[in-house]
Amino acid sequence: MVKSVLGVNHQGLRDWIIQRISAIIIALACFGLAYFFVANPNLSFVEWRMLFSPISMKIATLLVVLSLAFHAWVGIWIVVTDYVKPALLRFVIHVLVFLSFLVCFLWSLLIVWGF
Amino acid sequence: MNNKRPKNLNLFTIRFPIPAIVSILHRISGVLLFLLFPILLWVFSLSLASEQSFTRLHTLLSTAFAKFVIWIILAPLCYHLVAGIRHLLMDIHIGEDLQSGRRGAQLTILVAAILVVLVGVWLW
Repeated sequence: MVKSVLGVNHQGLRDWIIQRISAIIIALACFGLAYFFVANPNLSFVEWRMLFSPISMKIATLLVVLSLAFHAWVGIWIVVTDYVKPALLRFVIHVLVFLSFLVCFLWSLLIVWGF
Repeated sequence: MNNKRPKNLNLFTIRFPIPAIVSILHRISGVLLFLLFPILLWVFSLSLASEQSFTRLHTLLSTAFAKFVIWIILAPLCYHLVAGIRHLLMDIHIGEDLQSGRRGAQLTILVAAILVVLVGVWLW
């Protein structure tokens, strides 16, 4: 499991499709958020919190964070395997990056469900 | 192997074609966004935690310097978004050959630059 996730026998096609699907989700979220900010100048705390209080919006937010994590995981994986040659160092970086995504996801879970 | 073929490894005279520049910037902006993600989450958590933290964040982000920082952070996002859309279009075979690929690359830089300026206008 660890070897197939962090090692060289990576599934290119799976990465490719993860990258595309997550990209579309993130792009839609960017457009949506940009529209919300432009449509609501002088945004108040109550309005902002109202936006994230429905369960559907919490799940959508987590879906976007998850997409960001997967998207960045594939992207960083590609960059690191391109430029970091020593196997051990590359392994350590992959593990740290992977853990950082786990932390970010758990953090966002606490943020949207923390109120 | 023909050893007489011309070789040019002088980095100061090698000129990247514009699609290559667009591609490497896509990478660099992606890595930057990855590094900035925790800051984004931190801002997000402050904005939702309580009325006090929201107000604190609001005053913190209202200074001219903070706006400049936000602008600097949003610039790679705009670029990565536009370059990503170009990438998706190329996946469905739009702008794939040399000529249209070059035009697409120029368009990417142009649209991204316009977006970055618009973000600046929106911030100030």
